[in-house]
Amino acid sequence: MEDLWCVALGVFQLWLFVVVFFITLPAMFGLSLGVTGLYIQILVKILEWATLRIQRGRQEQPSVPVPLPNGIIERAGGSMAEEMGRPGCGRFAPSDALYFCKKGLESIADDQVTQRFSSEELASWNLLTRTNQNFCYISLRLTVIWVLGVLVRYCVLFPLRITLAAIGLSWLVIGTTVVGLLPESSVKNWLSELVHLTCYRICARGLSATIRYHNRENKPQKGGICVANHTTPIDVVILANDGCYAMVGQIHGGLMGVLQRSMVRSCPHVWFERSEMKDRHAVTSRLRAHVAAETKLPILIFPEGTCINNTSVMMFKKGSFEIGGTIYPVAIKYDPRFGDAFWNSGKYHMVSYLLRTMTSWAIVVNVWYLPPMTLQDGEDAAQFANRVKSAIARRGGLLDLAWDGGLKRGKVKDSFKEQQQKMYSSFILGQNGINNQ
Amino acid sequence: MGSSSSGMKDVPDAQELVQETGFSAAHLLRLHERFEFLDRDGTGELRPEDFDAIRELAMNPIGDRIIRAFFSAGKETLDFPSFVRILAHFRPADKNRDRAQQEPANSRTRKLRFAFQLYDQDGDGKISRAELLQVLRLMLEMQVTEEQLQCIAERAIQEADLDQDDAISFDEFKKSLEKVDIDHKMSIRFLK
Repeated sequence: MEDLWCVALGVFQLWLFVVVFFITLPAMFGLSLGVTGLYIQILVKILEWATLRIQRGRQEQPSVPVPLPNGIIERAGGSMAEEMGRPGCGRFAPSDALYFCKKGLESIADDQVTQRFSSEELASWNLLTRTNQNFCYISLRLTVIWVLGVLVRYCVLFPLRITLAAIGLSWLVIGTTVVGLLPESSVKNWLSELVHLTCYRICARGLSATIRYHNRENKPQKGGICVANHTTPIDVVILANDGCYAMVGQIHGGLMGVLQRSMVRSCPHVWFERSEMKDRHAVTSRLRAHVAAETKLPILIFPEGTCINNTSVMMFKKGSFEIGGTIYPVAIKYDPRFGDAFWNSGKYHMVSYLLRTMTSWAIVVNVWYLPPMTLQDGEDAAQFANRVKSAIARRGGLLDLAWDGGLKRGKVKDSFKEQQQKMYSSFILGQNGINNQ
Repeated sequence: MGSSSSGMKDVPDAQELVQETGFSAAHLLRLHERFEFLDRDGTGELRPEDFDAIRELAMNPIGDRIIRAFFSAGKETLDFPSFVRILAHFRPADKNRDRAQQEPANSRTRKLRFAFQLYDQDGDGKISRAELLQVLRLMLEMQVTEEQLQCIAERAIQEADLDQDDAISFDEFKKSLEKVDIDHKMSIRFLK
C-alpha cells in the first residue's frame, strides 16, 4: 500500500516538474517549444483525411447527413422594390401580400437570428464526439482514430490543461495581491503588467490556444477603448495575451469575484456592482473618467452585450461609443474545426463550458487589430457603432447583422414591424406619402 | 442550427412524406430538426405560441396570418407531417414532372390557394371588401389614413373583380396574378 503511494507521489512530482519547466516557464516568457504547433499540424492532416473519407463514405451510404453550415434555405436578398417586381405607382396588387408571405415562410423554415445563438455547424466532422452524427460508423479507420482522439483528449490533454489553468489562476491571485501591496509607482505598473501577461499566457497554454495576431501596429494604446466581437469569456484571455487591458464588468460572487477583487488591487480595472450597472449615466461617467486619465490601460469592452456564435456580428450597443476617446476595433475569429469556442449560456453553465473547451482539440484563433477610429462630425453614437461593427465584420469574415443580441432572451420590438410597414407604404405611395389618383 | 444526432428513424412517416411532398430525405431531416427546435416543450406538436420564437416572423406585418394558415380550421396543434405538407407548397416547381401524376404539392394552384387563404379569413371562397381592407390595414397600419386605405382597396377591387359581385373569387384572384411568376415569388429555395 505504501509502495503504491510512493509511486503515485513520484509520478505526480515528475508530472509537475514536466509541466512547470516545459510549459509554464516558457509560456510566461512568451517562448514556445513548438509542441503545440506540431500538434496542430498533425491535427490538420488528420482532419483533412477524415473529411475526404467521409465524403467518400457519403457516396456509398446515402444515410449519412450532409452538413449545411449556412442554413437550409437560400434567401433572395433583394430589396422590397425588387422583390415586388412591379413599380409602386399608388396602387395595391394582390401579389404584394406574396412578398410578405414568402418572407414569413422563409423565416419559419430557417431564420437568421436564432441560428446565431447556437453553435456553428461544421462543413465536415471534426472527430469530436459532440459533433458526431453517425459519422463514426463510416469506416473502421475513422472509428479507431475517433476512439484514439477521445483517449488523448480526456486522459492526456485534459489533466494537463486543468493543471495549467490551476497554476495560472493561482499565480494571478497571488501575484496581483503581492503587487498590490507595493506603493503606486511605475515599477508597480510594470510588475502588474508582467503578472497579468504571464498569467494569461499560462491560461492560454491551458487551452492549447494558438493565437495569430495581425496588424500589431494598431494595438490599442493607453487611454483608448478596445472594442471586439464577443463569442466567449475566453476572448479576454485571447486578447490579454498580447497586451494589458482594463476590464469592465459586473462584480460576481465565488471564484470570479475572488479573481476580480485581486486583479483590481494591482491595476485599475472597472468593476461595477449589479445595482450600478442599471444606471447608464453612472457607468458612462466612470468609464469617461478612466479614459480621460491618459496613463491608464485601454478599456476592453464587448458592445454586443452577449455571446454570439462567431459567424456574425450583431448590433453594437451605442453606450460604449458615447464615452469619447479613440476606439480600437479588434476582430476575433475562431477556427471551428478544432473546437467550438462559443459559450451558449442558455445551454451550458460556465463550468461545463470550460470542461467542454478543455476537452476539445485546441483553440485556434485569428486576431486582427484594426486601425483606430473616432467619432466623425455629423455622426451620432449609433451610426459610429454601426461603422465600427461593419469594419470588424469585414475584417473577420463575419456576417454583419443589424439584429440586437438581446433578442437571445427578449421579444422583438414593435418598431421593427412598423419599419416594414413604412417600407411598404413608401413603396406603394411614393416617398411623399399622399397620392390620391 | 446546432448538431443533434437524430436520424431518419426519428422522423414520423418519413418515406410517405418524401413521396408525397417531394422533399429529399436530407431536407426532411433538416425540417424535422427545425420542428423540434420550435417545439419548445417537446410535445411533438406545435402551437401558435411556438412560432413566436421566430423573431423575423414577429416583425412581418402579416406574420399572424401566416401562422394561422398552418393550423387548419378549428385545430390548435400542428404535427410534423402537416407542417411539412404546408412547407411543401413552397418548393420550386419540378422541371421534369410527369404530367400524368396527380397534382403535386408545389403546383401553381396550390401556391395560389395558400395565398388566397391569407386574405379569405372566413373561408367562404371569396375575398370581400372588408377582408381586403383588413389585409391592407395589416400591411400599412399607421402609415396611411383611413381614407387612403379605402381608396386603395376600392381600386384593387375594381381592377380584380370581373363579375362585379363586389368580391374577389379564387378564379378572379388567379386571373389577376396570371402574369406574375408565382413560382419565383412563392418558392423557397432549399439548399442541396
